[in-house]
Amino acid sequence: MVDTISSTVAAGGSLLARFRSLLERLNRMPILITIAVLWLVLMLAIAVSADLISPYRFTQMDLRNRLSLPVFMGGSWAHILGTDELGRDVLSRLITSIRMSLLIAFGATIIGAVVGVTLGFVAAHFRGIVEQAVLALVDFSAAIPFLVLALAVLAFFGNSLVLFVCLLGFHAWERYARIARGLAISGRMHGYAAAVHQLGASPWRLYGRHILPNIASTLIVSMTLAFPEIILLESGLSFLGLGIQPPDTSLGNMVGFGREYLSSAPWIMLAPAFVITATALCVSLLGDWLRDRLDPTLS
Amino acid sequence: MLHYLLSRLLRAAVSIIMVVTFVFVVLRMSGDPAMVIMGADAPPEAIDAFRKAWGLDQPLWIQYFSFFEAIFSGELGRSMRDGRDVLSVVLERVPSTLALTVPAFLVNLVVGVPAGVYAALHRNSLIDRCVMVMAVTGFAVPSFILAMLLVLIFSVNLGWLPSAGQDSWLNAILPIATMGFGGAALLARFTRSAMLEVLGQPYIRTASAKGLPWSAVVWRHALQNAAIPTITIIGFMLGGLVAGAVVVESVFSWPGVGRLLVISVANRDLGVVQAIVLMIAITMVAANMIVDVLYGLVDPRMHGQARPARR
Repeated sequence: MVDTISSTVAAGGSLLARFRSLLERLNRMPILITIAVLWLVLMLAIAVSADLISPYRFTQMDLRNRLSLPVFMGGSWAHILGTDELGRDVLSRLITSIRMSLLIAFGATIIGAVVGVTLGFVAAHFRGIVEQAVLALVDFSAAIPFLVLALAVLAFFGNSLVLFVCLLGFHAWERYARIARGLAISGRMHGYAAAVHQLGASPWRLYGRHILPNIASTLIVSMTLAFPEIILLESGLSFLGLGIQPPDTSLGNMVGFGREYLSSAPWIMLAPAFVITATALCVSLLGDWLRDRLDPTLS
Repeated sequence: MLHYLLSRLLRAAVSIIMVVTFVFVVLRMSGDPAMVIMGADAPPEAIDAFRKAWGLDQPLWIQYFSFFEAIFSGELGRSMRDGRDVLSVVLERVPSTLALTVPAFLVNLVVGVPAGVYAALHRNSLIDRCVMVMAVTGFAVPSFILAMLLVLIFSVNLGWLPSAGQDSWLNAILPIATMGFGGAALLARFTRSAMLEVLGQPYIRTASAKGLPWSAVVWRHALQNAAIPTITIIGFMLGGLVAGAVVVESVFSWPGVGRLLVISVANRDLGVVQAIVLMIAITMVAANMIVDVLYGLVDPRMHGQARPARR
């Protein structure tokens, strides 16, 4: 009994120590990572407060002020980033688009992680034919570029926001499945899993309470790596006119419509293009950095 | 080795069966295939004939097998737009797409591999930093944005190159540059880390300790070992090229398969979509199989085993 208590205390102490060293390492964040974090916080703040801060409604047209210049090109302060071909305020549209694109990326990342981890655990738990089936599915998703798969599904089922988010959720599921399966199998080899199992814990408890926390940092890293890919995928599909449909707007959608005015009004397309690139860049920088810091499979 | 080849062949076959099954399931789930493929305003006799031709009055499992039969005999249906056989509609676009993807792939290899190797050999130098910045940028800038920036600079502002169409070889420069850059960045990043990993191995230290000149160490020991993981990513890059072609052809109005796919999805010309998806899948599966076989040939440790999962 005393042994258990002291070992629990020791575990708690080492956990605290680990947490402290994590904080210390976070303090020694390189300047580039700090900038990336600040940019992402800014994007999140914009997404959350989109309705409050956007100067106009994003669909509001001002036909007398069509294609007006942004401020830095000599335009007026009424439309800081200029207006588009229907006189809609580019800044307001940008703000709404940021919210839409981030919402989709968050939703899709979470769907992908949940589906992938579940299938990975199922494969690790049942082994045998179930595992082979999951691995065959993994092979299948590696066999065809996801963009093409997504296009096919959109062609057959038509487009709606819910379907679109679910579809993007299937991007990268096979990566989580592979990680979850591998780590769960190796986790079961460890004493703790066998002990919990012997104590009579249900598979739910074993995987949810014991194995999942142990592989969480690896999963979080893969999620930060998949997130920018989903942003790029969403914007790519929307750019092709096959993702988010008007009157809704997303970053890729804005770039797509701005393409028609590339020579006369490049600002319509440049602002969302910059946001897409900067956000994808910041998340992936952060992901790489987190991977180096957190991923136990690397060291 | 024979066992390895056979198991790869089997896995490729399973992948293709799954792709066909996927198309079948999606096609059946999205409604009556006769209505969907022929279009809602097709005359009823035509729909009946189609149902009969595709055996849609049969039980589901018979339909499933006849779907396979039809696909492997090359009968993929007719295009909704002009009623032509979809296979010929798709195949006549293939040369245009190859005219972009093959040079882009060469650009990937010729730029990406040397850049990655050089960066790894001169780790933390200025050039290494530059290569890494380019590599990360190449990932973060999506191809449609890069394409439009190139159009903005070289077509709109400088007026050097055409922005759309397929009139002369000048039209191909910007699309190839767009696709070449993204893949080269990815490959450079991957080659660099593969090379760094190899350079940290004990056998490299042994090779230089026994007095081999550094160039011999790099050529004989490092490059050959770094080539093994790099080959695996080439199959993966092919997928990137196909996806890139879809986007880039659309931006530059290049009449290839990718643009056809986007137009067909927008018009819901399902016969064409189905044919393109199957064609891409079969190409990819075949390419991945060739990569796997190459991998087995290059890496003696792999004889008789499946290769480790791609990262």
